[in-house]
Amino acid sequence: MGQITLENVTKSFGDTDVIPPLNLTIEDGEFCVFVGPSGCGKSTLLRLIAGLEDLTSGTIRIDDQDASQVPPAKRGLAMVFQSYALYPHMSVRKNIAFPMRMANIPQDEQNRRIEAAAKALNLTDYLDRRPGQLSGGQRQRVAIGRAIVREPAAFLFDEPLSNLDAALRVGMRLEISELHERLKTTMIYVTHDQVEAMTMADKIVVLRAGHIEQVGSPLELYRQPNNRFVAGFIGSPKMNFVTGAEAEKLGADSIGVRPEHIDIADDGPWRGTVGIAEHLGSDTFLHVHDTGLADTLTVRAKGEVGLRHGDPVTLAPQESQVHRFDAAGARLG
Amino acid sequence: MATQQSRSAARLMMAPAVVLLLGWMLIPLTMTLWFSFRRYLPLRGGDLGWTGFDNYVRFFTSSAFWPSVQTTLILVGGVLVITVVLGILLALLLDQPMWGQGAVRVLVIAPFFVMPTVSALVWKNMFMDPVNGLFSHLWRAVGAEPVAFLSDVPLGSLIVIISWQWLPFATLILLTAVQSLDNEQMEAAEMDGASVLSRFRHLVLPHLSRAITIVILIQTIFLLSIFAEIFVTTGGAFDTRTLTYLIYQRVLESQNVGLGSAGGVYAIILANIVAIFLMRIVGKNLDR
Ligand SMILES: Nc1ncnc2c1ncn2[C@@H]1O[C@H](COP(=O)(O)OP(=O)(O)OP(=O)(O)O)[C@@H](O)[C@H]1O
Ligand SMILES: [Mg+2]
Repeated sequence: MGQITLENVTKSFGDTDVIPPLNLTIEDGEFCVFVGPSGCGKSTLLRLIAGLEDLTSGTIRIDDQDASQVPPAKRGLAMVFQSYALYPHMSVRKNIAFPMRMANIPQDEQNRRIEAAAKALNLTDYLDRRPGQLSGGQRQRVAIGRAIVREPAAFLFDEPLSNLDAALRVGMRLEISELHERLKTTMIYVTHDQVEAMTMADKIVVLRAGHIEQVGSPLELYRQPNNRFVAGFIGSPKMNFVTGAEAEKLGADSIGVRPEHIDIADDGPWRGTVGIAEHLGSDTFLHVHDTGLADTLTVRAKGEVGLRHGDPVTLAPQESQVHRFDAAGARLG
Repeated sequence: MATQQSRSAARLMMAPAVVLLLGWMLIPLTMTLWFSFRRYLPLRGGDLGWTGFDNYVRFFTSSAFWPSVQTTLILVGGVLVITVVLGILLALLLDQPMWGQGAVRVLVIAPFFVMPTVSALVWKNMFMDPVNGLFSHLWRAVGAEPVAFLSDVPLGSLIVIISWQWLPFATLILLTAVQSLDNEQMEAAEMDGASVLSRFRHLVLPHLSRAITIVILIQTIFLLSIFAEIFVTTGGAFDTRTLTYLIYQRVLESQNVGLGSAGGVYAIILANIVAIFLMRIVGKNLDR
């Protein structure tokens, strides 16, 4: 079990309010991702759930038990830190065994769980090494191993992949998703990378300055962003925003169209000149200038599109995919 | 230093220091060795020629030799234990955020700036004096008989005085080590269910082991040659005669340079035995 409920949770450091009153429920077995720009309070929120920071006010419930005053070790949660936080003078085996040793779990049970975790995480050959003798990805796996053996009610990850290179990140992303499929344990995952959020999450929580901007499944957030902030944050490349006459025509202060929802069409209403074209093979992203709508419009085109720098282009937004926002940035309709 | 080139460059650059240090060490060492084989009594005839191993045999068989070795070891060991244990505790305390942290740190380090002679005299006359010392007033205030520290527990008193002088050094080195402890590791251990004590035992202590090694090695070097504190307090009386002090007595009080030099060679041997012994137990921490 691992249902986590936050009720009117707030956190201030001295005079600065980092988390204004916040309510959130994370269901048992859910993969929940906190995403938001740097400094928005993701880590703080995770540390509040872990018990590493004291609440300023509000309640945290774990499986309907008030856990607000429970010390971190007793909450039954396991955390994987950004820096991995492995114990440098202990072997991998001892690192993984540490939480079980602290919980006085019998030795043969410890060994059984270590073997199982090592096998699942491909660490069997490294059990007798020190963390200093491992690569970044292996250290990451040890940190996850140390979390798994505790058989926690929920896993907490704080940007676990941000120290890895791009290729390894993709691999570990899959491994963590697979782990979630296998264990079916609640996972809360903090990242500022929207690709990680989109690919891994059952539920995404978009945060800005401690506020929850929107909660929903990746596709809900993609299709129905509540406001301009979420619309701009989810999706890659970013959504194009257009203000002025074109928006007023649709009765909005600003409108947003994703790059993949703009077609290159000879009879389109928008014209411009192609700037940089980013060829990714499968797709080409065109940066279109001089449209009179926005500085740059990003447009997704086919991989083999024949347009070059300086070519004129006419564009047609897919009407059903245009998002309308009011002056405050909230979604219209 | 991985490559051949950087290794030879390093050797070249270290050469002046190595030559200087070798000269600094070798000249006095050679002179000590030279005198230890001669019968040299400055006030009773001067240099009277070679005597072979006579000085060594006499120094070794004198009734003062083994007690002085024992005193040296107790003194060094006692000071090491006290400074390391209290140093760790003080370092952990000073690492806590508290009001007036800067001032407290300066105060803790202050004893290190007091000259050994001065601090020993202050302790002797202001604290440990059986008539006017602060301790005797304290003892009388609670109705107890004042203790004549320097004659009743002379070695213990000396250990306290010297520990007081060396505690700042140990604290300082250990504090820097404590400060470099990774906070996330401590939090991870907290989440793993480790109590304060097991966090200390499994994380802090291993992290400090290298700093402790350095404190022990450096202090041992200086403590083996402690002299001023003994000179101004007990003058070597009441079983406080260390090997260093015994050598001083042989050379200056008995005016026997040859005998003292032989003692000096024994002191070198003792220092090396202690050093090898320490390296064996704690030195492996330095390799990591
Ligand atoms: N101990 C602290 N004292 C004061 N302010 C703090 C403290 N910890 C965090 N903050 C502030 O709280 C805000 C949120 O910090 P937090 O670490 O939660 O951000 P984050 O969303 O995790 O950012 P990042 O993606 O960069 O890790 C920041 O503005 C930060 O300056
Ligand atoms: Mg963070």
